[in-house]
Amino acid sequence: MKDMIDNGDSDAGPLIPRQRHMHPVPYDPEYKTSVPRSPKWPLLSMESTPSEETGPRFGHSLLGPLDNNLILNFSKDGSPAIGERILMHGRVLDENARPVPHTLVEIWQANAGGRYRHVKDNYLAPLDPNFGGCGRTITDAEGRYQFLTIRPGAYPWPNRANDWRPMHIHISVFGHSFGQRLITQMYFEGDPLIDRCPIAATIKDRSQLDRLVAPLDMARARPLDFLAYKFDIVLRGRRQTMFENRLEGM
Amino acid sequence: MVQSLDTLIETPSQTAGPYVHIGCIPSFAGLPGVYPEDLGLSPIAPGAKGQVITITGAVIDGTGWALRDAMMESWQPDAAGLFAGQPGADPAVGGFCRFAADKDSGLFTLTTVKPGPVPHRSGGVQAPHISLWVVARGINIGLSTRIYFEDEDNSTDPLLARIEQRPRVETLIAKKTAEGQYRFDIRLQGEGETVFLDI
Repeated sequence: MKDMIDNGDSDAGPLIPRQRHMHPVPYDPEYKTSVPRSPKWPLLSMESTPSEETGPRFGHSLLGPLDNNLILNFSKDGSPAIGERILMHGRVLDENARPVPHTLVEIWQANAGGRYRHVKDNYLAPLDPNFGGCGRTITDAEGRYQFLTIRPGAYPWPNRANDWRPMHIHISVFGHSFGQRLITQMYFEGDPLIDRCPIAATIKDRSQLDRLVAPLDMARARPLDFLAYKFDIVLRGRRQTMFENRLEGM
Repeated sequence: MVQSLDTLIETPSQTAGPYVHIGCIPSFAGLPGVYPEDLGLSPIAPGAKGQVITITGAVIDGTGWALRDAMMESWQPDAAGLFAGQPGADPAVGGFCRFAADKDSGLFTLTTVKPGPVPHRSGGVQAPHISLWVVARGINIGLSTRIYFEDEDNSTDPLLARIEQRPRVETLIAKKTAEGQYRFDIRLQGEGETVFLDI
């Protein structure tokens, strides 16, 4: 398919199998909600098929001008959201180290006080009338994305008696095939709550957890305006099939 | 020492959490107006070819409780088995849908066209199915599964054929409740646990 080639996934082979041990464990008693919600039986492993190798594409026409500006995209009168202004930026790549261009990236987060704009969040911290907490963008031809937002606050949550989430931003990425779908969280360099968080600790490989911690990036910070944090995201890649016989029509 | 591979490792997943709706379906979450409409409201546009069907179900945890905070995404081809973007695909079938469990009942509903069979790399054909991805608080990496249909010929489907414990095949097959109506429950754990996929 020409469309696939144009979008940089010209190998068009099966998806590289997921390295499940590099992901969080599904069942972790320290994260209590995972106990009744984690499958007990092994997953059924199989080579990907067209159902996983294709996926929805979203065009830049989807986006409004403020979609990636969480400081202003919920403002009623142009007043900015309250909080430390930050630029969150990075690239979306695949396991073959190639950029993933033109793919949708969505984020959501708490406000500067650690409160979500959600009916189920009744934390003491107040809502900010000018902050909704969601944004989206589409990567450019080199896989780059950026959001202007405020640093989310840490907040307590009901798990063990005194658990607090570190500052974090949720990120959802599509890639070009449904089997690449990924939701994760970005943490902030230097936050002491990361090492105390049972959700972060569902990732047992420390080097993998470190990959979710965004470094302060002063080269991209704007003097007298915002700090910057860099967060690159790697999605599953597709296997090269140069020496494999391909069946008619595949 | 050896040379290093030029490959990268996939970024690890983290739970979508209880507030996934804010980011993915903000109007549903009570934040109207951020976007003109939520993404993936329907996998089909008016005029889509094929039989329009409705699938209803719940995502049920190991205690038997239906999740009120699950979000799902579905991906499927058109009635002829072609995915959006492929030559000849029905332009009225986007194929992607995002939907959530109802906050009171836990029930979800997906209205779409019944998909056609899709070729398999081995040369065989996959029985009609819809790919499903489930995320929620407590799910640390999104769960993939498939919805097949009890009124289709599933006997030669290569994925279903790989399920060793044959009674578990039933967990992937939507039950017909009326013409064009199906029931499909997802059981995360316990008796009748759904077959989840590493694919």
